[in-house]
Amino acid sequence: MAKAQDASRKTNRIKRTKEDIVINIVVYTLLVLVGIATFYPMYYVFVASFSSSSAIAASPGRLLWIKDFTAGAYKLTLSHPLLFNGYKNTLIIMAIGLPINIVMTIIAGYFMASTNMMFKKLLTWMMLFTMYFSGGLVPGYLNIDQIGLMNTVWAIILPGALSVYNAIICKTAIEAIPQSLFEAAYIDGASEIKILTQITVPLIVPTLAVLTLYYGVGHWNAWFNASIYIKENIKLPLQNILRSILLANDQTLNVAAATSDSYDEFAEAIKYSSIVISTVPILCVYPFIQRYFVKGVMIGAVKG
Amino acid sequence: MKTAAGAAAKKKPFFQRLKEDLARNKMKYILMIPIIVYFVVFHYKPMYGVLMAFQRYRPTLGIAGSRWVGFDNFIDFFADPYFWRLLRNTFSISFYSILFGFPAPILLALMFNEVKNERFKKTIQTISYMPHFISLVIVCGIIKIFVQTDGIFPVFIESLFGVPASNWLTKSPYFYPIYVISGIWQEVGWGSIIYLAALSGIDQELYEAAKIDGAGRLQQIWHITLPGILPTIMILLILRIGGILSVGYEKILLLYTPTTYEVADVISTYSYRRGIIDADYSYSTAVGLFNSLVNIVFLVTTNKLSKKFTEIGLF
Repeated sequence: MAKAQDASRKTNRIKRTKEDIVINIVVYTLLVLVGIATFYPMYYVFVASFSSSSAIAASPGRLLWIKDFTAGAYKLTLSHPLLFNGYKNTLIIMAIGLPINIVMTIIAGYFMASTNMMFKKLLTWMMLFTMYFSGGLVPGYLNIDQIGLMNTVWAIILPGALSVYNAIICKTAIEAIPQSLFEAAYIDGASEIKILTQITVPLIVPTLAVLTLYYGVGHWNAWFNASIYIKENIKLPLQNILRSILLANDQTLNVAAATSDSYDEFAEAIKYSSIVISTVPILCVYPFIQRYFVKGVMIGAVKG
Repeated sequence: MKTAAGAAAKKKPFFQRLKEDLARNKMKYILMIPIIVYFVVFHYKPMYGVLMAFQRYRPTLGIAGSRWVGFDNFIDFFADPYFWRLLRNTFSISFYSILFGFPAPILLALMFNEVKNERFKKTIQTISYMPHFISLVIVCGIIKIFVQTDGIFPVFIESLFGVPASNWLTKSPYFYPIYVISGIWQEVGWGSIIYLAALSGIDQELYEAAKIDGAGRLQQIWHITLPGILPTIMILLILRIGGILSVGYEKILLLYTPTTYEVADVISTYSYRRGIIDADYSYSTAVGLFNSLVNIVFLVTTNKLSKKFTEIGLF
């Protein structure tokens, strides 16, 4: 198919009509504009985070390069007691949450992909049903309160411990493994655990990488559950601290009170540096996971 | 072999089949126990909690002890002075999101498809996927920076049309454009991936044949490319329209202010304020239940309509 495309490209080059030229100009121009419009806000935040407050105030939103270089905002951001703490809390949530997510997803996917089981239909249906109907906000909230998870890290980790959608992606990957492999293993007398951990899991590593990415980004970006379940500022994850820094109209927290007088001076600049500090980890893993994107979206789409 | 085994199994009495099944799949069932417990505790128990929508629920009495009031909470909600406002806002936000947000990734994918320079294509794609991974909190923080009184957008509009710059987040007329445009900014690239995948499945020979027949590029897009991705478009559109009254609370909670409640308050945010902030549990649950029932009805209806007219459906 690549060859066919090459060939078509060549024929295009030979007889480039007026229509071709117009389309090319329009498409390339629009895509450059899309690229700039997408990139600029992120770029601006980065540039502003290293610029002085007065430079930002002089031309808000319109910096093309760092002006009056200063790392003052970063110094203050890094000494921000709650931000650092939030970072730590988010990492703890991921360290505990991700293994739980992945193990549960593998088991649920393995179960849904298995054959010749009496309760497979019933249990699969039990899982799928939760995708379309849920108790809603308040019953979920009261449930967390009743089982005593309020104000603990478990209130953030456990309610979303398994995404049925991701389990289906995992199931699809397991179903793609040739059935004969399992049969051979059974005949050799391998135990169920051995088949799962030593045959199935190694063969779906690419899919598990995508799922880890989905869960990981989810944990990193989540804020809502923590905002209703966590009552102490010291236990709040990163996004909730960012929320109070970036969106001051939220009254749930008053971070400014917790910091020194110099905070006011940098109040504006600290927004930019805190965004950079909290986005860098995701943008660092970004190049490594990018090649999985299309695959990830595609296996997700099979579900429909 | 599977069907033969199934037919043979059906002849045996239930308990014997059960015994055999448990013996054969013992380990699988043991592994599933934590999963089942998880679903019961975190999904089905809250579903049972939905019953409080028909009660005057008090946490100290629990569901077993609280007074039943039938549909009173629902009747209260329909008579709520905010009812029509919530319905209108939820519908409007969804409508504008679909109207402008749904075609955007399709157009982007079509444009990517016309680019022959792989390096240029990769670069723009890489950039356009990025915002999807940025958290909502940060996206809303960036929005706030850009639309505050001295932000780039109000200042630009002032210099262009002389409209005095102000903080757009506190002004109702700006809420929908901000919500919709920032949504497109964040998701258009990511949304285009699925269409690109569908595009790669189109038979290249069709294009060759069209070229021989003298079709121009626009004609090729119209007669080959678009029909090729139409099933994908339809399925995603059904899902989107089916969820027309399910506007999530997260982004709105981050963006709205009491001065924009008039246009920005939706069913889910209202349910949040009444339930979590005001601790009006039964009422909030009734509002939420109403919302999810309407959603299910919408999804089933759009699916039926689509099946009738295009023979494409989800279920």
